[in-house]
Amino acid sequence: MTFDLNILWFILIAVLYIGFFVLEGFDFGVGLLLPVLGRTDLERRAIINTIGPHWDGNEVWLLTAGGATFAAFPHWYATLFSGFYLPLFLVLVGLIIRGVAFEFRSKSPGAQWRRLWDWGIFVGSLLPALLFGVAFANLTRGVAIDADMNMRSSLFDLLNLYSLLGGVAGVLLFATYGAVFLSLKLTGELETRAAGLARRLWPFAAVAQILFFGASYLETDLLTHIGINPGPLPFAMLATLLVAGLFILRGRNRGWTFALLAFTIAAQTAFTFGLLFPRVMISSLDPAYSLTIYNASSSPYTLTVMSVVALLFVPIVVGYQIWTYWVFRKRVEAKPEGLVY
Amino acid sequence: MDPTLLAQWQFGITTVYHYFFVPLTIGLTTMTALMQTLWFLNGQDVYKQMTKFWGKLMLINFAMGVVTGIVQEFQFGMNWSEYSRFVGDIFGAPLAIEALLAFFMESTFLGLWLFGWDRVSKRAHLASIWLVAIGSLLSSVWILIANAFMQNPVGYELRNGRAEMTDFLALLFNPSVQVAFPHVIGGAFTTAGFFVMGISAWHLLRKSHVDLFKRSFQLGAIVGLIAIGLTVLNGHEQARHMIASQPMKMAAAEGLYVTEDPASFSVLTIGDFEGNEVFSFRIPTLLSLLSYNQLTGVVRGMDDLQVEYEARFGPGDYRPPAFVVYWSFRAMVGSGFAMLGLAVVALVISLGDLTEKAGRWLALYPLAILLPYVANSTGWLMTEVGRSPWVVHGLMKIEDAVSPNVSGEAVLFTTIVFTLLYGALMAADLYLLRRFAATPELAFGPLDAHAAPDLPAPSLVGTD
Ligand code: HDD
Ligand code: HEM
Ligand code: HEM
Repeated sequence: MTFDLNILWFILIAVLYIGFFVLEGFDFGVGLLLPVLGRTDLERRAIINTIGPHWDGNEVWLLTAGGATFAAFPHWYATLFSGFYLPLFLVLVGLIIRGVAFEFRSKSPGAQWRRLWDWGIFVGSLLPALLFGVAFANLTRGVAIDADMNMRSSLFDLLNLYSLLGGVAGVLLFATYGAVFLSLKLTGELETRAAGLARRLWPFAAVAQILFFGASYLETDLLTHIGINPGPLPFAMLATLLVAGLFILRGRNRGWTFALLAFTIAAQTAFTFGLLFPRVMISSLDPAYSLTIYNASSSPYTLTVMSVVALLFVPIVVGYQIWTYWVFRKRVEAKPEGLVY
Repeated sequence: MDPTLLAQWQFGITTVYHYFFVPLTIGLTTMTALMQTLWFLNGQDVYKQMTKFWGKLMLINFAMGVVTGIVQEFQFGMNWSEYSRFVGDIFGAPLAIEALLAFFMESTFLGLWLFGWDRVSKRAHLASIWLVAIGSLLSSVWILIANAFMQNPVGYELRNGRAEMTDFLALLFNPSVQVAFPHVIGGAFTTAGFFVMGISAWHLLRKSHVDLFKRSFQLGAIVGLIAIGLTVLNGHEQARHMIASQPMKMAAAEGLYVTEDPASFSVLTIGDFEGNEVFSFRIPTLLSLLSYNQLTGVVRGMDDLQVEYEARFGPGDYRPPAFVVYWSFRAMVGSGFAMLGLAVVALVISLGDLTEKAGRWLALYPLAILLPYVANSTGWLMTEVGRSPWVVHGLMKIEDAVSPNVSGEAVLFTTIVFTLLYGALMAADLYLLRRFAATPELAFGPLDAHAAPDLPAPSLVGTD
């Protein structure tokens, strides 16, 4: 198979999802841990401020992935989002509530008011974290796509054991990742508590990932796969997850732990895309109905235009996003002075 | 249950929600950037307070713009999958570019601005609010490029059962964008100008923070007057373009059933929308004048266009719901002229002493905040409804655009949830806007002390 623009765009979209999960992954984790970790209002504010300047920029990775899918593979965009109608709807509801909650929670003093938005942040992080796992598991397993490229799976078809396992594994991994992130970004008592949470969460995350990984061999065409074999990727993923766990348990090398978990998440996303390739959606009705990077794509002209745009601008975006992480590299202290609301 | 109709409702409702917040975001970020620039240049405290105060209101509004936008990005695939397949080759590109160029810039630099007051240099901090403002303008360019293809398709060829892009530059320089962009941006700055004037007037009437709000009112008057002038003038260009590209929409907007030459302009017509008028006040030849910049010129009516379209596109009803189009056009133009008058008055009174004699006039402005919202919403309403039955003018009809695998029940359910959820969030948003608009102290100072209830509140007004 020769390299062409269709392959380039498949890779670019995979990269956008990797960026999204690696970045928004810890945002989701922070949101999931907010009710457990923050005992006072001030602490909760400090926790939110660890991602305050970044969460919206991180979310744009998803919007860009959506837009890029639309531009490069319109049929993929159309089949995926009309087919996963209700799960996607719930993801949107989660993201809507979460986005507003970050901004609104501290703007009125009432305790009720703040509790409401704190729950909003929790639920708004849980729904997408869970449902992205469910959706990606279904993608690799195959869904009922007919000859007209329309997906006919009901909500209950999508909620099978395998995909639910994928969802739960994702939630646990993000929560662990978020706890490690918080232990790097907070100070004192909160830092200690976050590290403790990571220690308690990690075993569950590891077990869920191993189960999910095993189930993938049974539920997908991993073994007889027609395209690229993801090869050592799943093992690299599990290895980094286990090494990260060792660090977490011994309470050392938090920076490295964070990097290892980021790699685990990136590898898992890459693994999913590797399993799909060169298909973008797998039909469980008939392999001939599957969408591929060729039958779902835009015209060569559009792909060329979009390639130029992407190669020009993606590096710039990555550059300034890294810079803002550098600007806000300092830990957040749970003290009233210096906290931005 | 008819999924097409429900999907239309969902699109309309979510878009009107989105566009309720978008114009203020565009206009107010730029105005905040202007205020901060003044502070940067002359260091007066009052400009810092202005930046903080209006910036805070901008932030509260911005959050709703973001979360209502998320649905927009995905609903083409969810509800309009056939549409997405048909135009994805063209329509997806500007959407993706918008996210890459504009959304990243806005969200990243807004975070930097909000949290970076003492993390980056003053210069970099000022640059970040300008980048947010530029990002919001870029966002509107690209979304309008996408929308323009639906109004006036260019740069494409029909191949493989869909519209494929053949000329990217033609897409960018679509004449529809060239008239819509200044109009939309004018509308956005009008919104911000009237918002600033309205809240400033409210405070001036109460003699609170007189210096701050006097300057704000003046700035609002200048921005508002320039913007509304531009919008109204450009509205004329819009109409001229519309007559060429979508004559049916113009005919519906004017309630014109029979072709006229020279054509009269309807100021107010009451009839049954079948062409039988009960009462009509029309200005002769004005419509021809508006459309062609001369006293004569054919403006075709809906009945004639219907005959012509049937010959061109086959049998069917090609008339948009004239009732909606006619009245939304009137509401937009009406509030446009009202604002033009108010902006002139505002500039005149703000040259003098705003607190004394001008007091009577000031009472008008808090109410006038509603006008730009009316104009913006009805503007899109006429633009979109007036395009029906087409989703892409001349190429694809609305009923062929909808997702075939999504049931009416599913669309109904999600529409209800989105409507209620957005409604509730909007109520919370308006509550916060009101709270922060009424008590400027909440936004001043390095520490927003109101925010931590476990602290004694040092603010002047106490808490509610
Ligand atoms: C503050 C906002 C505002 C104000 C004061 C006006 N408009 Fe407007 N108008 C809009 C906000 C708007 C809008 C929401 O921005 C629209 C919808 C789509 C678009 O391109 O702009 C629009 C659309 C729109 C269209 C339809 C374009 C099309 O279908 O492609 C026309 C013909 C006009 N306008 C004309 C006018 C005239 C003659 C005005 C004179 C007073 C006017 N507008 C004031
Ligand atoms: C760009 C892609 C767009 C698509 C696919 C689209 C599609 C549609 C469709 C099918 C309708 C129903 C028309 C009818 O009822 O006759 C509609 C209505 C409407 N649209 Fe758009 N439109 C688009 C862009 C926009 C934009 C950018 C805005 C404003 C920000 C907008 C604002 C509206 C409004 C206010 C209505 C009226 C409500 C209704 O009729 O349901 N649209 N749109
Ligand atoms: C079909 C129509 C539209 C789509 C698909 C769309 C998409 C979006 C999305 C996804 C966001 C959120 C970005 C974020 O999370 O940071 C957003 C926000 C915004 N949109 Fe729209 N939009 C549409 C119509 C419009 C129109 C007509 C304008 C202006 C003329 C506009 C200007 C903006 C602005 C200024 C924001 C500010 C908030 C932000 O970017 O975060 N949008 N839009």
